[in-house]
Amino acid sequence: MNFEFSEEQNMLRDQARSFLADKCSLRNVREILDGDAPFDAEAWRGMIELGWTGTAIPEEYGGIGMGYLELCVIAEELGRSLAPTPFSSSVYLFAEAILTAGSEEQKKQYLPGIATGATIGTLAVFEGPHAPSPKNIKAKAANGLLSGEKMPVPDGDVADFAVVAANSDAGLSLYIVDLSDDSVTAQSIKTLDPTRSHAKINLSETPGELLGNEGDGWNILGQVFNAAAVLFAFEQVGGAQAALDMGKEYAMTRFAFGRPIATFQAIKHKLVDMYVATELARSNCYYGAWALDTHSTELPIAAATCRISATDAYHESSKENIQIHGGMGFTWEFDCHLFYRRSKLLSVNLGGEPRWKDMLISRLEQASA
Amino acid sequence: MDFNDTPAEAEFRAEVRTWLKANVPHRDKAAESEAELIRRAKSWQAKKADAGWACLHWQKEYGGRSASPIESVIWQQEESKYDVPAGIFAIGQGMCGPTMATYATEEQKQRYLPPMARGDEIWCQLFSEPAAGSDLAGLRTKAEKDGDDWIINGQKIWTSGAHYSDYGILVTRSDPTVPKHQGLTFFFVDMKSPGIEIKPIKQISGASNFNEVYFTDVRIPDAHRLGEVGDGWRVSITTLMNERLAVGSAGGPDFADIFRLAQNIEINDQPAIKDRAVRDRLATWYCETNGLKFTKFRTQSALSRGETPGPEASIAKIVSAKKLQDIGSFGMDLMELGGIMMDENVMLEDGMFQGAFLGAPGLRIAGGTDEILRNIIAERVLGLPQDIRADKGVSFNEIPTSR
Repeated sequence: MNFEFSEEQNMLRDQARSFLADKCSLRNVREILDGDAPFDAEAWRGMIELGWTGTAIPEEYGGIGMGYLELCVIAEELGRSLAPTPFSSSVYLFAEAILTAGSEEQKKQYLPGIATGATIGTLAVFEGPHAPSPKNIKAKAANGLLSGEKMPVPDGDVADFAVVAANSDAGLSLYIVDLSDDSVTAQSIKTLDPTRSHAKINLSETPGELLGNEGDGWNILGQVFNAAAVLFAFEQVGGAQAALDMGKEYAMTRFAFGRPIATFQAIKHKLVDMYVATELARSNCYYGAWALDTHSTELPIAAATCRISATDAYHESSKENIQIHGGMGFTWEFDCHLFYRRSKLLSVNLGGEPRWKDMLISRLEQASA
Repeated sequence: MDFNDTPAEAEFRAEVRTWLKANVPHRDKAAESEAELIRRAKSWQAKKADAGWACLHWQKEYGGRSASPIESVIWQQEESKYDVPAGIFAIGQGMCGPTMATYATEEQKQRYLPPMARGDEIWCQLFSEPAAGSDLAGLRTKAEKDGDDWIINGQKIWTSGAHYSDYGILVTRSDPTVPKHQGLTFFFVDMKSPGIEIKPIKQISGASNFNEVYFTDVRIPDAHRLGEVGDGWRVSITTLMNERLAVGSAGGPDFADIFRLAQNIEINDQPAIKDRAVRDRLATWYCETNGLKFTKFRTQSALSRGETPGPEASIAKIVSAKKLQDIGSFGMDLMELGGIMMDENVMLEDGMFQGAFLGAPGLRIAGGTDEILRNIIAERVLGLPQDIRADKGVSFNEIPTSR
């Protein structure tokens, strides 16, 4: 029994942290926030050079085949730094979908590009401000051609390929779509978190290549979301920790009533609640990482558990960080809102918390039956 | 990262399982008097000790097994699957034992630790006073030197199990003229000493697990002092660091119990678990329960590397005491008006939810209140500065008091 990352994995963490501190500081994040670029191209190039995009992709498909524990370590650091890159869309969503349901040919065709960073992939499921379901997804597929509107699609404006959820006669199915096809239009869309690009994608009789069995789309999505939930939970914990560190730092240096506000119990207890939530989430994430890495049958339960607690921790930590900063925390100029925005994005990007809680209890009911 | 046993751990676990299966006594009666419980607990503890299964991580020569931290965890995991009594030794073995092991002489360790491990002698902790709870260092029980003895006068309170304990660890004020943390001296005391009077306290649950303990001219030999004169605060910290580990895991209904209740009780003619509001609460508790479980595993991993348990362990008590209170309350919500019934012929689940509702308020206070534990985490883990203290540097006898 050993519930720690290994020495090598911690070395990878140190390397990732120092790279991101150098190439992807909050100043870089703010450039994406205030500018027109969809992502930080220099940071993205650096990540590719370090081989991060191929971390968990097997060597036979062009990756470096390290494993999911290493990918979790990187995810936590990406979350801490708020890295404005298409990493998660390409690696946690697109690559996971191909690895989960792709044929041997599809894996050989699409994964090397993701691993080397030559291509960017994403996953297009949502269709507006409501929870998607196999019944309400309006995108249609017939004779290998897809039509419909997907939004918001993470990194949809910069991705080369997308796995698209659409209904065919057999039910919800997944298709790999080349977004450079003339029949596709992709427009950037304004969102709550401008440090991560999202788009509206229109498909009109667009060729799509079936991924997995026809009619099996919802089931495959569930599996992809389980893996992605663990990886995003590490990003959430990284962000929660960064917001906690930021609030703590401010409380130590801000004076009121003749002393640092960190001496007041009202502030101390707030910081402790942020810390406790983050530690519980971190521990659940370790469980998730283990389940993901070992392909455990417990993954569906572990994934929901770490996602729910990481969502709670990031929400708690990012909103209370603003509170500790007082009025300045509410300004565009201070960085607090960057974490608050990212926290909300990550709490809904794989479906909202009510749905994950419901899924968790359903999975526990099945396990206890 | 590996949540599975190594081959050596699996072998150890199998050995534990085999022994427990062959030796856990059959029990057919749920209710029993305190005297019966103590008898049953002592008999089980002795049986374990004789086979080398008591206080596993203690050294063999002091009644333990010299086991590794991870072996202790495996034992606890396996033993907790059985309905065997453990609580009455928790304070002694969890807090008094480590304090004795750190500060007692070799001879004293040989004399007192093995019977503590075997359950032949029960220990209690005499710390809190009516005017010194969260502000423990403000305690007033007086210790005055008289030849080779000390004479103790004063009152302790909230002493769990004082009435059935053989020994206790005691912190006293030996010098009121210096600032409060500097004038304390620590002892262990024979609870049968003349001048000790024990009165039970009736709690809101109706039970009496705690006592008031009065000291009137009680003599303690200087040889039973632990640590230097005036160094009692440092000794107390050793005890308190272990307290949070000992108190950390509370009994009572947990996620599995409220999950089962929600499956078995109905709302609107369907199982309560089908109700979205119920599912939301259950999911929150499941995540907290597992977060604590895996945090404990992380702490144990740190222990395996030879690190001492840090104040991070305080997390467990902060989270689990509140959770226990909420689960107790919610369990009764599911039973609606029938949830108030505490008649053992009609109450569900042996009254565990009502018991939690009435017991949890105490758990949120005992062993460091939620608020004190937050201060400890804030200062020792997060490194935040101390609150400004009005009594800092002031001689104890000049500090303003309530009366």
